[in-house]
Amino acid sequence: MLLRLRLTPADCMESFMKHTNESVLSSRQSSDWGARLRGASSVLLVIALWELLSRLSLINRNILPSFSVVALAIVRGLIKDHHPLLVDTLESVRRVAIGYAIAVTAALTLGLASALKKTLGDFVRPIVDLIRPIPPIAWIPIALLWFGFGDPPAYFLVGLGAFFPVFSNAVLGISAVDRGPVEVALCHGASRRLLFLKVILPQALPSIFTGLQTGLGVAWMVVITAELIGAQSGLGYMIQISRAQLQAEQVVAGMVMIGLIGYILSTIMEACGRLLMPWRRA
Amino acid sequence: MISTRTGTTISVRNLSYAYLDPESQAQLPVLSSVSFDVAQSELVCIVGPSGCGKTTLLRILAGFIHPLQGTLEINGHPIDGPSPERILLFQELHLFYWMTVVGNVEFALEARGVPKPARRPRALDVIEFVGLDGFERYYPHQLSGGMRQRLGLARAFAAEPAILLMDEPFGSLDVEARSEMESEFLALHEAKKFTAIVVTHDVRQAVFLGGRIFVMSHRPASINLTVTVPFARPRQSSIRQTTEFHALEDSLSSQIRSGD
Repeated sequence: MLLRLRLTPADCMESFMKHTNESVLSSRQSSDWGARLRGASSVLLVIALWELLSRLSLINRNILPSFSVVALAIVRGLIKDHHPLLVDTLESVRRVAIGYAIAVTAALTLGLASALKKTLGDFVRPIVDLIRPIPPIAWIPIALLWFGFGDPPAYFLVGLGAFFPVFSNAVLGISAVDRGPVEVALCHGASRRLLFLKVILPQALPSIFTGLQTGLGVAWMVVITAELIGAQSGLGYMIQISRAQLQAEQVVAGMVMIGLIGYILSTIMEACGRLLMPWRRA
Repeated sequence: MISTRTGTTISVRNLSYAYLDPESQAQLPVLSSVSFDVAQSELVCIVGPSGCGKTTLLRILAGFIHPLQGTLEINGHPIDGPSPERILLFQELHLFYWMTVVGNVEFALEARGVPKPARRPRALDVIEFVGLDGFERYYPHQLSGGMRQRLGLARAFAAEPAILLMDEPFGSLDVEARSEMESEFLALHEAKKFTAIVVTHDVRQAVFLGGRIFVMSHRPASINLTVTVPFARPRQSSIRQTTEFHALEDSLSSQIRSGD
């Protein structure tokens, strides 16, 4: 090395303080055991209350079975022959996965392209804005008409529900891109590919990711709704058939599974977010 | 590492530029017949009153804007848009906050077409060169102001430009830190001998850094005065305290104030 510039003690001090201040201010869930403890104890408290009220016959056991009965139903549903609860769960997850994948592919492609190429955006955005206000539920009759029963209408409805948040947030993300870094990249002679992948996309990523998270949440809710009405399998189907058979504990078991899977899906998404956007954590 | 570019001269003749107000369609003249030359490896400073068009001139030199009139030649050839041969170091730096220190520097190398295996070692070289070794995995927001300036320099140097264009360098730093960075920048210039044009409103900085100083008038700006700074290189930090330094500083400041 010909030459080496010295870092002053003031520089190091300032940088060190920024480093540690951040870890104090940002108490992320992954490292905050106090929050986890409080969360876990509140859930346990609710469960205990539920069980107690049921045991004391303060809640009609035909309308809301006790937690222990529901828990037993869940375990049985997962373990016994044919694993009916597991099968239904996987059916719903499968439908969400496929519908969501289709929606994300379409929405990201269209969204990013419309935001980057103004003329395309001028064509696409009005159509999206006109269709978006129609809730997925309102599409159910026509979905059944077009696709019949079973999987295809579920894919369609899930895809429809997830499309709009992903699309809109992708467009928003691109609009938030700062011109300064783009000029820096151009000055350095970056190719269009490099500019898009390493300068534009990372800036748009937080918004895009919010869209992906919202879209997944909508997708999961829509799949249950679609199954309630037009399917022969899945958690949505399971809870409405259990109601028809007056099996309240199966209904609640199904609902608990719906909540649980939804929670797991969003946790996975958050983990992906931390992986994709490491600079937000640091 | 960073190679020395030979024979990079800049020749500007009668450069004029005006901004167009989109509503009234009125022209706002900014630069009017600006002419100057910069020799190979020279470090010149451009000073002038605020809003006189210094930054616009820099952007024209970088290739972001086409002048309305006049010619700009680098080594005798006109330029065609921005190029890593002429890196503009923005006042705001515009560091890539989503990348680490090493990521920012590697970007410059990737944009230059340096093959992947060569990027990391060269980036680490440059990072060590500007004194940020040990901080490779830090993100820009975790760095102090001075360190961010160093990162900006590192990213610029990684591109190995023949010409470095600087817009109000180290402006956000306090006086002490700024003086430090100025001394270190001079050392870098001594070592690497790139051609540099520094635009600044800080006359003290211009006198310390510049071999020659061009003084711009008010808008529409042209170059009023060219001053050769009489201090030999390499310059020590102590010259800032000398009477000659203060005298030159004062004379330039009053020139700028009178503005025409």
